[in-house]
Amino acid sequence: MYVAVKGGERAIDNAHLLLAKKRRGDTSIPELSVAQVREQMPLAVARVMSEGSLYDPQLAALAIKQAAGDLMEAIFLLRAYRTTLPRFGASAALDTTQMQLSRRISATFKDLPGGQLLGPTFDYSHRLLDFALLADGEQPGPQVDPQAELSPCPRVLDFLADEGLMAREFDEGLAVPDITREPLDFPASRAERLQALARGDEGFLLALGYSTQRGYGRNHPFAGEIRIGEVEVWLEPQELGFAVPLGDIEVTECEMVNQFVGGKGIDAQFTRGYGLAFGYAERKAMGMALVDRSLRAAEYSEEVEGPAQQEEFVLMHCDNVEAAGFVSHLKLPHYVDFQSELELIRKLRKQASEQPAVEEQRA
Amino acid sequence: MNAQSQITRAPEAGYNFAYLDEQTKRMIRRGLLKAVAVPGYQVPFGGREMPLPYGWGTGGMQLTAAILGADDVLKVIDQGADDTTNAVSIRRFFARTAGVKTTTRTPEATVIQTRHRIPETPLSGDQIMVYQVPIPEPLRFIEPSETETRTMHALEDYGVMHVKLYEDIATFGHIATSYAYPVTVDERYVMDPSPIPKFDNPKLHMSPALMLFGAGREKRLYAVPPFTRVVSLDFEDHPFEIQRWDECCAFCGSQDSYLDELIVDDAGTKRFVCSDTDYCMQRRDLEEEGAR
Repeated sequence: MYVAVKGGERAIDNAHLLLAKKRRGDTSIPELSVAQVREQMPLAVARVMSEGSLYDPQLAALAIKQAAGDLMEAIFLLRAYRTTLPRFGASAALDTTQMQLSRRISATFKDLPGGQLLGPTFDYSHRLLDFALLADGEQPGPQVDPQAELSPCPRVLDFLADEGLMAREFDEGLAVPDITREPLDFPASRAERLQALARGDEGFLLALGYSTQRGYGRNHPFAGEIRIGEVEVWLEPQELGFAVPLGDIEVTECEMVNQFVGGKGIDAQFTRGYGLAFGYAERKAMGMALVDRSLRAAEYSEEVEGPAQQEEFVLMHCDNVEAAGFVSHLKLPHYVDFQSELELIRKLRKQASEQPAVEEQRA
Repeated sequence: MNAQSQITRAPEAGYNFAYLDEQTKRMIRRGLLKAVAVPGYQVPFGGREMPLPYGWGTGGMQLTAAILGADDVLKVIDQGADDTTNAVSIRRFFARTAGVKTTTRTPEATVIQTRHRIPETPLSGDQIMVYQVPIPEPLRFIEPSETETRTMHALEDYGVMHVKLYEDIATFGHIATSYAYPVTVDERYVMDPSPIPKFDNPKLHMSPALMLFGAGREKRLYAVPPFTRVVSLDFEDHPFEIQRWDECCAFCGSQDSYLDELIVDDAGTKRFVCSDTDYCMQRRDLEEEGAR
């Protein structure tokens, strides 16, 4: 009789074996290689790297394979690995003006230095299933001119800032906190907020950003600039005293131009929201930029009206590894607590059914 | 060696003893020292991502990892039982990464990690209890903001908690909290004892064992040092009381242990058995010996 309650090591082992089988699927179909995932699912790899907070396409692809395509599980795998890695230094701030761009668009200016560069995008594709992909069709891509050089692409928002129309951001020169080492404290600094958002769930940030567009927290955004490309990472080792390049990473950066502020002696000026993600991750970067701006409500003395403006609400709930863990823990046994509730509810009902009788006696 | 104890195995290669690196353990131990010095106060700590999901005991595991030594004997329970799947999984984790001896017998354990129960067998001064905590903040369901609740603790502003309990009495005739029942520790901090049934609350009071609480996702830890006053909140005319069953354990006949309810047939027939499997086993062993 008691057997059903016993979980046991065998059951766990068998569950793991069944999962491995489920992941492999039909063995008459060739097994997916990690290299295939890395090369042919770059957007999935980008999301796992961003929210896993680790730039390593190979390990991200491995995590996706191991997680049977469950990206949140893959993010969790990468995070659990990341936490064991030693920290040997913090890089210099990325200089995204020096990016090797593969895509760069601005919704605020029709033309601008460096031009608009559409690059690889779903944006103007008609969402029609391409049955040619069902057959193993080669997709050659356009002719590339190896001699082509990009003209310099200064940041769009800097033009506005030079004119005094855009609030400038200042490096306060403070040590950069690491939210994966020190717990968040509220109110959080912007650096901490941006870190939390960079790790935050794409879907959650997308929905919150969307909510600000629909009126839950005032926000009138323009996509000032979105740029995607390779940027060099520089590190200044203590023993050297000068910075050396470590390599290139692909990032997506989004700067939103938002409603202006002013009054009280300050001329009206636009404000900005900032988003950055590893790899090709436009939706994530845009959602992040919208939420970053709405979380600056206090900085601009705006009334907090929507959930996207509430720092504690957003930062405590944007992490999908935490959220998925806590929701999934409901699957764990709760016999003891439930028994407590059963005992209580029976007691309350018993008392309620006895009470009318007492009143009748009185009558 | 006792049949219940597993043989010590070599720790998993490639990982530090008990998984966490020594710097992280130091950070956690510093937090624990502060927690012991200020009983019931929630100490923020730099919680790490563990290879188990948040909500599945990552806080408790980090504390266990930080205090575990090679000579320790570890017991892990979930819902009072050693054989529930998550308890098995966590016990295995430490057997793998620390190679420590594990046991199911409460008196033999030096460290007991638990979810939702305190063993029925009285604890001793050389034992440490580690609780897995989902929501460390007892005021959370009254005030969702952490900034607010920290201020309330600082000012010892616990009126809302009493109002909540009073409203229960006004609505239901009883305090409608049956687990995670709030306590006052050492006459200062109101503390969530983790989701143990209120049945277990009296075991916290003046316990000779050190009690450590870890919340991984929320990145908080707190403690009740040995022989500390722990009082469950109540009113003079509605004193705190623990659960009682009309039935006794179907296996060992215990009348004063916490019982789990099982539905044993399609007609919904119920049977009650001890939630603490080791306690139940000990009593049955004694009975058998007595019968011989």
